[in-house]
Amino acid sequence: MFFTYLRRELRRRRKAALVVASGLALGIALVIVVNAVSSGMGKAQAQVLESLYGLGTDMTVTKAPEPPAEGEEGERRPRFQFDAQQGEDGEEGEEGEKQSSDRVMVQGFQTLDSATVTTVGKADGVAAAVGGLSLNVVKVDGEFTPGQFQQGEGGGRPGGGAGGEVRGGGADFSIDSFSVYGTDVTRPALGPLTSSEITDGRGFEESETSAKVAVVDSAYAKEQELKTGDTVSAGGTDFEIVGLATAASGDATADVYLPLAQAQTLADAKDKITTVYVQADDAQQLDAVKSAVLEAVPDATVTTSEDLADTVSGSLSTASGLAVTVGRWLSVVVLAAAFLVAGLLTSSAVSRRVREFGTLKALGWRSRRVTGQVVGEAVVTGLLGGALGIALGLAGAWAITAFGPSLSAQLGGGGGAGAAMGGGPGGGMGGGMGGPGGGGMGGGARQAASTTLDVALTAPVSLSVIALAVGLAVAGGLIAGAFGGWRASRLRPADALARVA
Amino acid sequence: MYELTGVTRRYTRGKGVVDALAGVDLTIADGDRLVIQGPTGGGKSTLLQMLGGLDRPTSGSVLLDGVDLAQLSEARLTKVRSEKIGFVFQSFNLIPTLTAQENVETALVPLGVKPRERRERAAEALASVGLGERRGHVPGELSGGQQQRVAIARALVKEPKVLLADEPTGNLDESTRDEIMDVLETRCKEHGLTFVMVTHDSHLARQAPRLVTLRKGALVPS
Repeated sequence: MFFTYLRRELRRRRKAALVVASGLALGIALVIVVNAVSSGMGKAQAQVLESLYGLGTDMTVTKAPEPPAEGEEGERRPRFQFDAQQGEDGEEGEEGEKQSSDRVMVQGFQTLDSATVTTVGKADGVAAAVGGLSLNVVKVDGEFTPGQFQQGEGGGRPGGGAGGEVRGGGADFSIDSFSVYGTDVTRPALGPLTSSEITDGRGFEESETSAKVAVVDSAYAKEQELKTGDTVSAGGTDFEIVGLATAASGDATADVYLPLAQAQTLADAKDKITTVYVQADDAQQLDAVKSAVLEAVPDATVTTSEDLADTVSGSLSTASGLAVTVGRWLSVVVLAAAFLVAGLLTSSAVSRRVREFGTLKALGWRSRRVTGQVVGEAVVTGLLGGALGIALGLAGAWAITAFGPSLSAQLGGGGGAGAAMGGGPGGGMGGGMGGPGGGGMGGGARQAASTTLDVALTAPVSLSVIALAVGLAVAGGLIAGAFGGWRASRLRPADALARVA
Repeated sequence: MYELTGVTRRYTRGKGVVDALAGVDLTIADGDRLVIQGPTGGGKSTLLQMLGGLDRPTSGSVLLDGVDLAQLSEARLTKVRSEKIGFVFQSFNLIPTLTAQENVETALVPLGVKPRERRERAAEALASVGLGERRGHVPGELSGGQQQRVAIARALVKEPKVLLADEPTGNLDESTRDEIMDVLETRCKEHGLTFVMVTHDSHLARQAPRLVTLRKGALVPS
């Protein structure tokens, strides 16, 4: 009887039921979309952080670069010394002879001892720690062209030798810089290389600690037309490319990955590292682990994924903020309005059914049964609204994922400056040959500099969000039912019948 | 058996006080057929509500088989209504979305009768009032007389001790009125019911074996 009566009543009042269900559906759909977008934002942020950290990394330990002392600034820049008259081997150069030089520098110019990895690894709450060395390699290739002396037409200046002038001449140099990351091949599960996938060849083997092998980022390989089996040169050493790695999202940490010992040798930084990647036992206790690490390595800088997330700006950050604040409040307001409207409409429906409920009470129906009937109808209406809302919400989330905008995330950089080339070849005029300008290369470090990544916005809908939607639908039905049920329970059969007599 | 003693029902309307019933004393024996008549506002319907346990007196007692309905808890009173008292209303008061069969079944729901038995008893009750063929119809598809027959079937299906009817023919034409009264009297005789009916219809009042008149809340000699 309960279900028959319920079904018939809902059919009779289908317009009112549809209005209530639609209101609830709108609110529930909004909740789903906002949660999905919020979750997508979180996923995008995690993607951004993973692209820098690698999978499973909870924090990094670095040493903050100290400001250069007065007069020291120039020493921090790589210097390239070319002799216009001589080739690289010191012999007298021929005209147009190519000259080449490369420099390997530690990114950020601050290193930690390799022993720091062990120290950090022993800190409370640390599950694993692995060290890495970030380098920059700058290669300069080119040639000088001497100017041509031309005799002056006037036969010379008075009181001087033969007159004339130097015309033409100059220098043509190309500069190529790329980043190198020395990875601990014995611990492949942690570190930035984990955020890349080997898409050609293979990764490092644990035995290749001293092997002259390299894994190259696929984007850099494409740019430089490199492939597996080729060699890549750095600091005068050739490394065989054993594999190509593709970053899962955003930019790769480095262009070229080398075994840590090889990178240390290249940079003349034996037993030095730039970063310790740390995995915590419990990702929820990062603050405690951070304190423990700082206690173990007092002069280090510890950056957790949360710290890094705080530095995320750009449209991703803005959209995330909107989803959390405006979206959430909008959902709350719409839901509250929907609940109120549902309650009022249900209450109003009870008022129109006074005679019906009065008759049922006269027949011996208990107030509880009458109230249950009203609440049951409201809950079913709520569930219909929930189903409609879930369908709408899923459609909205799907549309966002399918057509959603690409968000840019800017990660505030630390100390490194962007690649800034100073000086340049000088072109001598008027007889003298201008010497090459001093090549000054700034940090150019990807990690240290402000990084911008584009991340596609997705709106994943989890089962917990669906469960939340169902809960809201039931809650909406119960609230509406409470309005109507309260009114129905207060009806006295005599009043109900008297009102229609 | 009903025994009403000094039953008063007082309503407060604004600043005024109205005695719908003013110290009514009345005894109705089992199997009696009583007609209550009187002018509008005389207290007929209020008296019927007291008899049916739909309302409580401001003072006095309403004993049904020795149990004072005025003193019963709401739950007990509901139980008495569901088991012992059948109602027939002027406006039929059928649930518009339920079929005739389902409307009759609503009287058996509070008794906890199993669905199958419910269906069988409801079908029998409808057949006994000549509506066996129309049990699948909703009230909107039935004439006024047919709707009142459904209401009578609903009142009788639980085999009550008392049948209370408030202007049961008030919305019907004369021929249908006679038809319905015939059904009511036949059923009451068959089941030995105590039958109390409120009516304005002087024709019906004249035919009543026992007639009482209510005027200004008090019984007056007919």
